[in-house]
Amino acid sequence: MTARRRQGQLRERFHQAAWQEPLVIHTGQPGRRGMLLPDAGPEIRAAAGDVLSPVPNSLRRAEPPGLPELSQPEVVRHYTRLSQMVLANNVSTSLGLGTTTMKYNPVVNELLSRSPKLTELHPDQDESTMQGILELLYRFSAILAEVSGMERFTFQPAGGSQGILANALMMRAYHASRGEAEQRDEVITTIFSHPANAAAPATIGYKVITLYPGPDGIPELDALRAAAGPRTAGLMMTNPEDTGIFNPRVAEYVEVVHAAGGLCAYDQANANSILGVTRARDAGFDMCQFNLHKTFGVPHGCMGGAVGATGVQPALVPFLPSPTVEFDGTRYYLDADRPLSVGAVRSGLGNIGSTLKAYAWVCAMGAEGLRDAAHMAVLNNNYLLQKVLAIPGASLSFAATNPTRRLEQARYSWEQMAAETGIHTTSVHDRMIDYGVQGYFSSHHPWLVPEPFTLEPTESTSQEELDEFAAVLGRVVDEAHQNPGIFASAPHNSTAGAPVRQGFKPAMTWQAFEAIRDTAGT
Amino acid sequence: MTSMVGLIVNPIAGMGGSVGLKGTDGDEVVRRARELGAIPRAGARAAAALEELAGAGLDVRLVTCAGDMGENAALTAHMVPEIVFRPATPGDTSSDDTRQAARAMLDAGVDLLVFAGGDGTARDIVEAVGEAVPVVAVPAGVKIHSAVYAVNPRAAGDLLVAVLRSGSARTREAEVMDVDEDAVRDGRLATRLYGYLRVPDDARLVQAGKVRSRSEDATADLLAAAVADSMEPGTTYILGPGTTIRRIARRLGFEGTLLGVDVVRDGALVAADVGERQLLEHVGQARSARIVVTPIGGQGYLFGRGNQQISARVIRATGFDGVIVVATADKLAALAGRPLLVDTDDEDLNRMLSGYIPVVTGRGRRAMYPVAYPRDER
Repeated sequence: MTARRRQGQLRERFHQAAWQEPLVIHTGQPGRRGMLLPDAGPEIRAAAGDVLSPVPNSLRRAEPPGLPELSQPEVVRHYTRLSQMVLANNVSTSLGLGTTTMKYNPVVNELLSRSPKLTELHPDQDESTMQGILELLYRFSAILAEVSGMERFTFQPAGGSQGILANALMMRAYHASRGEAEQRDEVITTIFSHPANAAAPATIGYKVITLYPGPDGIPELDALRAAAGPRTAGLMMTNPEDTGIFNPRVAEYVEVVHAAGGLCAYDQANANSILGVTRARDAGFDMCQFNLHKTFGVPHGCMGGAVGATGVQPALVPFLPSPTVEFDGTRYYLDADRPLSVGAVRSGLGNIGSTLKAYAWVCAMGAEGLRDAAHMAVLNNNYLLQKVLAIPGASLSFAATNPTRRLEQARYSWEQMAAETGIHTTSVHDRMIDYGVQGYFSSHHPWLVPEPFTLEPTESTSQEELDEFAAVLGRVVDEAHQNPGIFASAPHNSTAGAPVRQGFKPAMTWQAFEAIRDTAGT
Repeated sequence: MTSMVGLIVNPIAGMGGSVGLKGTDGDEVVRRARELGAIPRAGARAAAALEELAGAGLDVRLVTCAGDMGENAALTAHMVPEIVFRPATPGDTSSDDTRQAARAMLDAGVDLLVFAGGDGTARDIVEAVGEAVPVVAVPAGVKIHSAVYAVNPRAAGDLLVAVLRSGSARTREAEVMDVDEDAVRDGRLATRLYGYLRVPDDARLVQAGKVRSRSEDATADLLAAAVADSMEPGTTYILGPGTTIRRIARRLGFEGTLLGVDVVRDGALVAADVGERQLLEHVGQARSARIVVTPIGGQGYLFGRGNQQISARVIRATGFDGVIVVATADKLAALAGRPLLVDTDDEDLNRMLSGYIPVVTGRGRRAMYPVAYPRDER
């Protein structure tokens, strides 16, 4: 019988590979090739002619591009080494990345999305030759409509922020259709909603009013009443917010904004606690968006791109981005002839590979499975929460004033630990990596919760992984008391040194960049 | 059991504020404040705190200093004090008198020391008694960066009563801060830590220390640019103190007064570093007027601390729809959920300013943020 790892056992001797790998462009030798193709032979040459002659001179390079020249094994080793220097989701548990929903992404879905049936598809090919993918999009819209209570979905937005942007665009188009676009120039959001709910409407010229939390961590209804009025275009908010606190009175917020003539958009990027539990329509929202790369089992970022699936109530369907996928009873087709539409927010059909993976995930889970996932995510989070709060110096934000259960994530504070030891949340982040877990997410800015960290285990972490993660935090806090010097240059066992060098200040605005550039004289 | 409470009033504390001076530290400043018509207010504020004590029916021995340094405030509150210290020149007391009085109280064996003043007074107290005795501090000064002060005189009185009732109050160390005058001369608003006093551990009643806002310079500059660009021609703007507001002045092309109040119209400086009287004149002559203020970092005071020139009369003359509050999101975050505060001498005005106010946090960005009148805090 094999011995199992004890619960909460730390990886005391974890050490990550550090290959000192140069950039690929700095490797190889001129003339080295990974693949030598056989000569075409005289017959083929004669038949093909000069294959380059149709390319106009204006499109031809004078010099060949400066590509790296390597053998196949060099390429394989280079990228394998790089992969060893990354603490990726398939290598270590990433349950510390609260708000981001880093769940397991089934590998089998990679096979589907890499099928030539999908990769060889072109968005402009004849509809009769792409009935399969159109049917999938049509059916997936119906599934998400069921999950959210909305009428129709678009899968065009290539990320959560773009989904929110699509909602803001539809908000503006709706008010324009009623002759109120000029008057309604304000969007209301909350400080614990994802910052894109402020940034996206600001991008298209809306003024943004932000509500701050009351004593219980929930934005105050009276503040919303003070903010809403004839200039209100709409409300864009998250629920549960970054704190993991669900706003139980959200329907009243919607009523206030509707009474003022505004629309309400529910940012459900992270819907991992509410799938099958509560729906955007039940709270009265006019639109919502799901991040398929979070809640719906699709990898984040480089493995295929994000999708901000955006859905609306019937009255807003005419404003959805174009083209929409329609079905006439016998065939599926794309409809771009929609005069009220906000137009395309992304070329083609969006990140179709990711949409396919999410569809496969939903089909595998089933309706009951979606709700089970939400329940398990909340259970895991609350198990972890008890473990973390047992660590001296850790606290839960708004714990004293809002004892309601946190849902799929929770925002904690090291305020007490930092006051006792002088070790801050950023230093804990840098040190925990030495035990083979990913660093955690602190908080969006500004930090309303001092010394913040935000954990979200999702449904796909095991009890042992939760125990291990809590044990790592406990160990790091012990070190903060016993051996604070170790934090100065942490991480020690990871690939990288401190990720941000001392005194480094990134330029967060163009003006700041110009100031730095002018000072540096470059 | 009888408790012994010591009382020290710095009679000149706060006199500089209403006439546009940066504090009342130093003899020359006091003389100028008197010339400009400043009225002493520390005694009245101490008396307001003592009234809460007098009405509580506790068994208390009150020991204090002769005349304006405590005796008169006690009598105003209908309490009969014992005198343990007499200043050498009663009409012209100094920080040395505050220190000597505090030592006399300690020798007399007080259980608790109450004092009324500002940052300068707190510095004298910490120098004399350190952490030897718990203190309750009544805010009466122009500058209050120190974290030792109750949010207002009545809150100080409530705190005093609560501590004496409980017999053994938990205390915590609170910072005594003051403006670093060397830095101010260099044009920076920086505070220096002068020590710690022991205060009752009651977050609702004791002001949080004034935190320097840590926001990125660029963010604050963008905020200043947004405010400056939104200024309307022909309107008179009163610019309050602080680095956030001075960035607006710089954006307009002049060097604002860091700890003072400036008047601006059509993008140009009309009057620099003015007091209440001149502000009333400027507002009276203006077609329309606005007041641009930023809360004190970490404390949240909009009015009544460090900007007494913008008095209740000035705010009423401007109209409180004319108040523009500006702060970076980081500065609001540093309030840790506490509301903005107004503490003018006009209680009706305090009430009217309470509620929710839009705070300009950037270009096209506002926060809807609560404003409280400290009395409501409890």
